This record gives sequence, C-alpha cells and structure tokens, in this order.
Amino acid sequence: MAEIIQEEKGGGKKKAKKLAPHIDMTPMVDLMCLLITFFMLTTAFSKAKVMEIVLPEKLTKGEPPRIPGSRTLNIILGPDNKIFTYPGSVKPEEFNNIPPILPPLQETDFSATGIRQLLLERNRTLARKIQDFKDQVLTGKIVLNPDSVQGTIRRMKNVDDTGPIVLIKAYKKANYGNFVDILDEMNICGIARYTFVDIAWYEEKMVESAAGITPEAAKASSN
Amino acid sequence: MPKIKLPTKSPRIDMTPMVDTFCVVLTFLMLTTTMRQPEPANVDTPFSISEKPTPDFNTMTFLLSPDNRIFINFDNGPDTAYKFRPKVLAEMGKRYNIEFTEGELREFEKYPSSIGFPIQNMKAFLATKNNLERTAMQTGIPVDSTDNQLAMWILYIRQVNPAVQASIKGDSKTGFPIVKKALDILQERNVHRFNLITSLEATKINM
Repeated sequence: MAEIIQEEKGGGKKKAKKLAPHIDMTPMVDLMCLLITFFMLTTAFSKAKVMEIVLPEKLTKGEPPRIPGSRTLNIILGPDNKIFTYPGSVKPEEFNNIPPILPPLQETDFSATGIRQLLLERNRTLARKIQDFKDQVLTGKIVLNPDSVQGTIRRMKNVDDTGPIVLIKAYKKANYGNFVDILDEMNICGIARYTFVDIAWYEEKMVESAAGITPEAAKASSN
Repeated sequence: MPKIKLPTKSPRIDMTPMVDTFCVVLTFLMLTTTMRQPEPANVDTPFSISEKPTPDFNTMTFLLSPDNRIFINFDNGPDTAYKFRPKVLAEMGKRYNIEFTEGELREFEKYPSSIGFPIQNMKAFLATKNNLERTAMQTGIPVDSTDNQLAMWILYIRQVNPAVQASIKGDSKTGFPIVKKALDILQERNVHRFNLITSLEATKINM
C-alpha cells in the first residue's frame, strides 16, 4: 500500500537527510590538468606543409634548350639575404673582353616592394588573370571543385607566353631560407616558368664585385 | 555589543562540469595527437604559402642542419607490415660488409627519428640505450666523393621502395653549399622531384 510520509514539525523522530555522497574531484582535476598540458605540448597541431619543386635533369649530352633572352630574368641569391637580378644573358665571350661587358646587377631584397614587385611587374598579365580567376571562384561566380581550380591555373600558366622565364641561381653564401623564399615568391607571383640552375663562374664574379666581396674573402669562404 | 558570528563554511565547488569538459578535451587530444618526434638537430623550417600537407608514408626525408650535417629518415608510415626500414638496413649492411642481427634490425625499425652517422657506427649506435650518447654519435652522414654513404642510402631506399618521395627539411640558416650537395647527390640518382618542408604563412599580394 502506498504510504505518505508526512514530515512532522517538531517532536517525533528526526529522519536523517539522505545526502548524495560527495566525491572530492580535486585530485582528478589535477591529474587531468597535467595530462592535458602534456598532450597540448607534445601535439604537433599544424602539420608541416610541403612545397613541391621539380628540378631539370642534368644534361649529359646534347644542347641545353634555347630560350629567348628577352624573356629571361636571372635571379641570383646573394649573401646577407640580398638578391641580385639581371635580365637577358651573358655570354662568356663578353666577360672575357677587356673591360668585360656585363649587364648591371640590380640589387633587391625579399620584401613585398623588392623582388615581389619586380616579378609582378614582369608577370602582370598572367598574375592578373590568375588573380581575377581566383576572385571569381571566391565570390562564387565560377563554381569549381578545388582540383579543377588548380588545374585551370596550371593550364593558364602552360599557355602563357608573356611572363618572364626565371632562372634562379644561388651564390655559395646564400642560405636555404633564401632558396625556399624565392621559390615561394615564384608561387605567390604565379610565375609560369622558373627553374633552378647552377651558378656560372662569371656570375659569381659579378655578385662578388656587386656585394663588395674581395676575391680573397670569397676563396677563403669556399674552403 | 556581541558580534554575530557567521559560521565559516568552506565553499564547495562542484567540479563535475569541469571534469566533464576536461574529459572531452583530453579524449580529443589523445585521439588526434601525432607525437612530435624529436629530431637529432634543431631545425626551424622556413615559411611558404604552400598548403599541401606532408605525405604520411613512402617518404625519405633529408634533414639539413645549420651546422652542415645531413641526416636521413625514411619509413612507409604507420603501416610497417612491409618492413621497409630493416630491409634497407640489411641491404646497406651487405654493401658495407656488416652483418646485422635480427635484434639490431628490429631496433633500427623501432628507432623513430633521423639518423646521421657513418654506417660503420650503426652497431654501436643500436647497442647503446642512452639518448645523450646517441645524440652525440650523430655526426652527419658522410657525403664525400670517396665515401658517399648518402648516395648509397638513397640507392637502397629506392630499390626497396620505388614509390618513395624525397623531402628536404632544412633550417632557414643552413648554408647553401650543403643544400646544393644534397640536391646534386639526389639528382645523380635521378631524383628530380622534391618536397621542401615548410611552415605555412599567409601572404597577400597587392596588384
């Protein structure tokens, strides 16, 4: 039978109130705090990214491909994060002339107003095309999946014949950061054709004279 | 005047919601974590705008430290059924006339980080358990033209696993000559496609 227990005020037996057993959670919290801190510190949250680069095969026989000098832009990574650029090409014969006829090296740096501006100026048409296309994708005027966006950009670069052909060279005092930075600039500016080639001896000389490195110092650093 | 004494009660905080949250966060971290492997040399990778993630398997990574040492690491990811690492080491042992025992091969398979020492020191390296001693042994892989062990590693890694991709992880301050050397050795072995490992950095271009 159902029972109704009525509490009586005063008098009678006082019933002990039922209390939920209280567990002290503090040590548990302490432990969890430690574990969380440990995991937070050991976790590599952002995975490292990679930048792909394909180097041209070393030619063992045959002639190197001929490229128009008017579209060529040489970029030499110099010491102390400096960049030297010159357009066109130097023939070794010209260097052997006395006095040697050398194209003037233009000094610049990795800032947004340095090498990036220079590259964008020479690559204006293509860069604008790519940028317009990307904007249209972003604003939803063109709906494509990411893979075809990349594919379209690649096709744009393939058919392009206005942008510069960039030859990247590195002087021995350059560092790996410079190398990655300049390749990054190529991606930022949407340069269609660029590659990394060995520095020629006359270019080393040009850098040394432009950066004010004496031949002795250059020799000492190479040993 | 008599003071009214309030009973001092220590305030009881209910920790249950806190524990709940912590549990969730902890579970999340435990499940998503990929342990950061300690590298034998400290390397700060340069920044780039590239958003391609590093491949998880079939990789060989060349670590170029600022003090001109070269390290190599290779594996086929979490799936170790293929036993890629011990196979390569066995091949290397054959080339340099060093017989590795089963235990040593297993020890090498388990070693999670890059290696950078002449193959002749491999037995001693695997025998020592002390991490400090191990770090001290990492003097870089010989790359001289007389004793080009890096080229041999590349050769056998690619023989054992033809699908391997080359990655280069360098410090921004690593001098260019050592980078050039590594690239040249790779190109001699007909590796022309590289992944340069970088950290992500957003950049905006102004037209």
